Amino acid sequence: MTRLIDRRGALLGGGAGMLLAGCDCVIQHSSARAILFKGEDIHRGLQRALSNRDALAPEFRPDQMSPYFRTNGTRDPGTAAYAALRAGGFADWRLTVDGLVARPLRLSLRDIGALPQRAQITRHDCVEGWSAIGKWQGPTLGSVLRAAGVRDAARYIVFTCADLYGGAPYYESLDRIDAFHPQTILAWAMNDRFLDTGHGAPLRLRVERHLGYKHAKYLMRVSAVASLDGIGKGRGGYWEDNVDYDWWAGI
Amino acid sequence: MATTIIHRHRLATRLWHWVNAVCIIILIGSGLGISNAHPRLYWGRFGANFDHAWAQLPFFPAWLTIPAHYNLAISRRWHLFFALIFAFSLLAFMIVSLLNRHFQRDLRVRAQDVNAAHLAADVRAHLQFRFHDPETPGAYNALQKLSYVAIIFIALPLVVLTGLAMSPSMDAAWPWLLDLFGGRQSARSLHFIAMAAIALFTILHLVLVLLAGWRNELGSMITGRWKVPE
Repeated sequence: MTRLIDRRGALLGGGAGMLLAGCDCVIQHSSARAILFKGEDIHRGLQRALSNRDALAPEFRPDQMSPYFRTNGTRDPGTAAYAALRAGGFADWRLTVDGLVARPLRLSLRDIGALPQRAQITRHDCVEGWSAIGKWQGPTLGSVLRAAGVRDAARYIVFTCADLYGGAPYYESLDRIDAFHPQTILAWAMNDRFLDTGHGAPLRLRVERHLGYKHAKYLMRVSAVASLDGIGKGRGGYWEDNVDYDWWAGI
Repeated sequence: MATTIIHRHRLATRLWHWVNAVCIIILIGSGLGISNAHPRLYWGRFGANFDHAWAQLPFFPAWLTIPAHYNLAISRRWHLFFALIFAFSLLAFMIVSLLNRHFQRDLRVRAQDVNAAHLAADVRAHLQFRFHDPETPGAYNALQKLSYVAIIFIALPLVVLTGLAMSPSMDAAWPWLLDLFGGRQSARSLHFIAMAAIALFTILHLVLVLLAGWRNELGSMITGRWKVPE
């Protein structure tokens, strides 16, 4: 009897183990991988179909903020060009707004501060699992894109940064729904102070319904494009291109 | 004495059981891989390295995780794809089981099931490896009903809703999810606790299948036909 139970136990336990090992085998096949990676589109489609596309991310009271907001990703771009901009208090820094726009712009921090501002206390969720609540301020991305006269043909907005990954600038992208969302801002202030180097000085993206890696720091350029083809490897961002992160990072 | 065979599990129950079993294994494996990215649990709205963690989890070894090495992106791909199958098959099973009266007939916990004397007798019967009432052999015993009710109506829905509460986009769409669980990091902690409860249930379930006679039990969940123990 004992021997039989051992064999049965081994059989059932072995079944689960084989399933786990089988997963690693299955994902080697490009067709299986393609199906698995469709999950992202299904989640995005379901969420957008079943809920309000303009729904606002929760905002918090000042007493609900994290006492310490950790940094992640690049803590300092560390390039000579960035160091020179920072040494000059970012007086020489300009944000380029170009691509499929009627009026390409080059905005100084003063120009950005002169646009209508939005301040929001929101939660930042890292893909790793932690969350921190902080206050952000800046103009909406929508107001900058409208000032530049973004064309209807532009389906995506691509962000290029001052920090380098593998020798090339970090990049990210959004579709028009998230780019024109009222809480999507170009933040120059965090917790009522100018952004520090660790959090993306002088300007970073806040896209509150997405995970942290979408919130590009050290912004240099905002480009309106018709397609993500030709941007990196075509999946819309550094992590998406290089380690299979989801482009739609709403979940 | 002739063997009595009864039709014990309907097709919908059997189908869902196996879809769910595969989902649970893949979701736990990939979930442990995701946990390895930040193995700390918090209560409240926020929580990161400098905040107080109520639990510091171990780094789950490769033989328990999907994939069998650390890769957060691929663990998430497995987890979020099978989360869809898991959640919608649970919803479908619940609707069908209300319509075909599986829930009302087999899982309704009656007052007589949960009185102390009956529960004590049921525990004694389990300890003697007697799992079936000879008068109504097809019916679930009280402990069985209670554990199935707890898993189907509490643990599984809890793991789905706490999972949704971790989605920043869902939090915008359904902010009540955060109010329900007391913040995103509380939802993340409850998600882990619900997973642990499901894992514990699964282990007990398998042990009891072995003790009750695995051929008959496993066969009945495939064909529906179950031999009444003599």
